[in-house]
Amino acid sequence: MKSVRIAGGLGFYGDSWRPIRASIERGNVHYVASDHLAELTLAILQKDRQRDPNLGYTRDFAPMLLDLLPIAIPRGVKFILNAGGLNPLAAREVLLNALKKSGIKLKVGVVLGDAVLERFDELQAAGVSLAHMDTGEQIAAVRERMVFASAYLGARPLVEALDAGAGIVLTGRVADAALFLAPIVHELGWRWDDWDKLAQGIVVGHLLECSGQATGGNFGGDWRSMPDLAHIGYPIAEVWENGEAVISKAPNTGGRVNFDTLREQLLYEVHDPAHYMTPDVDVDMTTLHMEEIGPDVVRVSGATGRPAPATLKIVAGYEDGVMGQAMIGYAWPDALAKAQAAAGIIQQQMIEVGLKADETVIEYLGYNSIHGPLADSTYAGELNEVYLRIAVRCADKREAAKLGRLFPPLALSGPPFIGGAGGMIEPRGLLGIWPTLARRDIIEEYVRVSVEES
Amino acid sequence: MKKRLVELAHARSGDKGDKADISLFAFDRATYDLFAREVTAARVKEHFKGIITGEVERYEVPNVLALKFVLHGALNGGASRSLRSDGLGKSLSSALLRMEIEVP
Repeated sequence: MKSVRIAGGLGFYGDSWRPIRASIERGNVHYVASDHLAELTLAILQKDRQRDPNLGYTRDFAPMLLDLLPIAIPRGVKFILNAGGLNPLAAREVLLNALKKSGIKLKVGVVLGDAVLERFDELQAAGVSLAHMDTGEQIAAVRERMVFASAYLGARPLVEALDAGAGIVLTGRVADAALFLAPIVHELGWRWDDWDKLAQGIVVGHLLECSGQATGGNFGGDWRSMPDLAHIGYPIAEVWENGEAVISKAPNTGGRVNFDTLREQLLYEVHDPAHYMTPDVDVDMTTLHMEEIGPDVVRVSGATGRPAPATLKIVAGYEDGVMGQAMIGYAWPDALAKAQAAAGIIQQQMIEVGLKADETVIEYLGYNSIHGPLADSTYAGELNEVYLRIAVRCADKREAAKLGRLFPPLALSGPPFIGGAGGMIEPRGLLGIWPTLARRDIIEEYVRVSVEES
Repeated sequence: MKKRLVELAHARSGDKGDKADISLFAFDRATYDLFAREVTAARVKEHFKGIITGEVERYEVPNVLALKFVLHGALNGGASRSLRSDGLGKSLSSALLRMEIEVP
């Protein structure tokens, strides 16, 4: 029976591509699918593009490809990446130039049409409310402050690029798992209404899209049992025509593939596991079966699917104030009490200088900054060190910057201290996130695929 | 006898906008059944009082011996607008493992 082998690439912009080398050299893979876009990476890319209209893609992808192509091309390994971000055409231009310079001839496909902010008026005119999909709020209040909006596309245009002979496919926003479903459908010729097989393909993609999180990284159980994370192997899937899949990793790599590491990734950021909604299929994960069939080898079968939804998800981001923050540290004895006294001083001074904050968060790092009211107070009086961190939400940078200026005088005029942390921290712009739904036909009408050779 | 979940389970959390999700994994069917009985959406909502502002939904995933909790209003507006150190809610899974349940 025919099968295809796919390697998981990056899990986010900034992730390491070193483990992909092992998957290519020793994992016998045909494709690498790489996810460079977390939910809000587009906000970072938007700032890049504002500075320079030729930016707006994740700048890690070209160095990554130039490093990996010398071992990938002789083995016929192809790449699918959403590194195009907000500007897939500019990303391709950069790549084509780099390939030409290296004397590499390759077809590079791009998928366009996911960026929809410029089409909001048109969408609303066509009856799409763009209301917040969780709260039902109307978009009018934040519409003017929107900085990007991207629709999550499905795998079809990616398959079209592969069918046209692309050796590298660059996309903007697509459903993460679609990066993996595309080569599976392209190789195995699945029909777009074979829901159970498509569901298996999405499950495979979801298992592979977060790099080391499937192979023992960020493991919430016995993390000490995960061997050699310094040389972790990223996940590899083999998928057969009938939909069955096996997850493994390259030989002689660190980490682990077992029932526990995979089930943590299976449900990661999934809400209703019986309806994991993707543009290509509505996936039911509650019917699937995972079985360890060897060391670091797990068989995944039995996911089922229902017809694809009539709507696509759009995630938009809007400017929502500025955060000012500052930190200062205190030592035993009475570390927490000293930090609390310092917080009291700052709070009084915030009022006296008229700092206008919509919200103030006070945390004691080393005590409760992570678990908040659930933190265990047993040793609160005996802590070796505590850092006070205060953060404020303000209307603009000027207002937010006032907070930082209150901290340095604490050194000589507050409780005995051990030093600031990181000096003055620049105020940072905050973004609200706006998930919404739109009819798919009106989005897909603008989806285009283009393939060009270097 | 009371036991903390950390002795009985492993967990991972993730984020989507202002929602956090936590998967709680049992190691055997009996413990899964115990979780299904004891670790209710209402108890989890109570556990996270002062951290989350919204409702908690629970989904059962017995084929992988897991419960899935979706926490609304959990991330101070979402990672990109949160003032918290842990804006992504990565630590909410370990916070859930502090919960004590009655074990027969």
